[in-house]
Amino acid sequence: MFAYFANPDRFMRISAWALPIATVLAIGLLVIGLPWGLLIAPADFRQGESARIMFVHVPAAWWALGIYTFMALASFAGLVWRHALADVAARAAAPVGAAYAALCLITGSFWGAPTWGTWWEWDARLTSMLVLFLTYVGYMALWAAIEDETRAARLAAILCLAGFINIPIVKFSVDWWNSLHQPASILRAGGSAMDPSMMQPLLVMAMAYLAAFAALLMAGMRADVYRRRAAANAVRRARAA
Amino acid sequence: MIRAVLAVFRRDLALAWAAGGGAAAPLGFFVGATALVPLTAGPDPQTLAVIGPPLLWLTAALAALMVLERLFQADLEDGSLDQLLLSPAPLELLVAAKGAALWVAIGGPLALVAMPMALAMQTPPHAAPLAALGLLVGLAAFIGAGLFGAALAAGVRRGGVLIAILVLPFFAPPIIFGAAAASRAAAEGLSTDAFSFLCATALFFAALGPIGAAAALRQHLS
Repeated sequence: MFAYFANPDRFMRISAWALPIATVLAIGLLVIGLPWGLLIAPADFRQGESARIMFVHVPAAWWALGIYTFMALASFAGLVWRHALADVAARAAAPVGAAYAALCLITGSFWGAPTWGTWWEWDARLTSMLVLFLTYVGYMALWAAIEDETRAARLAAILCLAGFINIPIVKFSVDWWNSLHQPASILRAGGSAMDPSMMQPLLVMAMAYLAAFAALLMAGMRADVYRRRAAANAVRRARAA
Repeated sequence: MIRAVLAVFRRDLALAWAAGGGAAAPLGFFVGATALVPLTAGPDPQTLAVIGPPLLWLTAALAALMVLERLFQADLEDGSLDQLLLSPAPLELLVAAKGAALWVAIGGPLALVAMPMALAMQTPPHAAPLAALGLLVGLAAFIGAGLFGAALAAGVRRGGVLIAILVLPFFAPPIIFGAAAASRAAAEGLSTDAFSFLCATALFFAALGPIGAAAALRQHLS
């Protein structure tokens, strides 16, 4: 399957129509999910209206972890099978993941100020999420610093795989340490503790974030493929002249 | 193979303490930066006793960062890195030998200097040797992670800031457990569980850092 999708020409053909579909899907799901979560879904019994920020916060957190996992898988594929497109995918995913991580930290801070009474608390979940954001930044900095692109891709892939150790730490930080952040309420033993009236808009928002990631990823990858082609063309023209 | 590892260890140790080797610079940085702490937080002994041990860890971590930029850069420029790669001994072991040499060259003196600095930070006298011992162990973790970051950024001109960005997230676990162990030591003497966590972190980074660093170095040379 990897080999099938690793062909850049095939990727450009498929993404030419998959990108608009993902874009429309992301906008449509956001148009449904945002009012549903922020206006229609019931306010929280104890936290009141402020809990609605979770519809923006929780999907950002999920996909900040998910995108890094995706990058680690792509990096592994790029290192092992030397698929250039896997490197392009990992590189294009990083800014989206960093943006989601930043969104998660910022919205969490907005929610924490009225609910916990503090904008920031150095507890395990918040700190490990901040470390994840810094890991994204370091990954992008390494890509930017090395001129030779194949070498940059390999080194960034090695860094990405090493940084993956933080992902289970973020996920399980609320279980391993006594945390101010609430423990997992959806993916936990004994089933979800969340009422369907909140769960449904949350899942719609999660799908919206996923679609937005897919759209931004493909747009970034297409731009990178075009940039490489332009560079190759410039070399060819210079040789011919 | 053992001879090759020992040769790399001796060479790096000699280079570190040779003229221009730069092993003394992080020491000076450590002392100088730590001396600024009472100037920022005020000389109140009670405040210093609380913030002193953690800040020693911070300045030690930054001091460790200083030496990383030249760690592989010089070897890459003069071709000795190619020689290491051609050697029949595995690159991972040779990189570990370089890290061990750095640990002895920087970590040992820094731990010694840390003892009077800890006393100056109002650490109780019984806890000062523990603070120094903790820093010695912690520097193994910093250097293990630092080898990896330095190897990733080896080809980059003026890579010092890049190395810092790459490595600082990996400094979080040893800083957390190290500063916790130092604070506990100041409050109640040797706390074996906090210290064990620090040692475990150091072993983790000292074992895996050279493997990651060797993987990154191979990319520079291929």
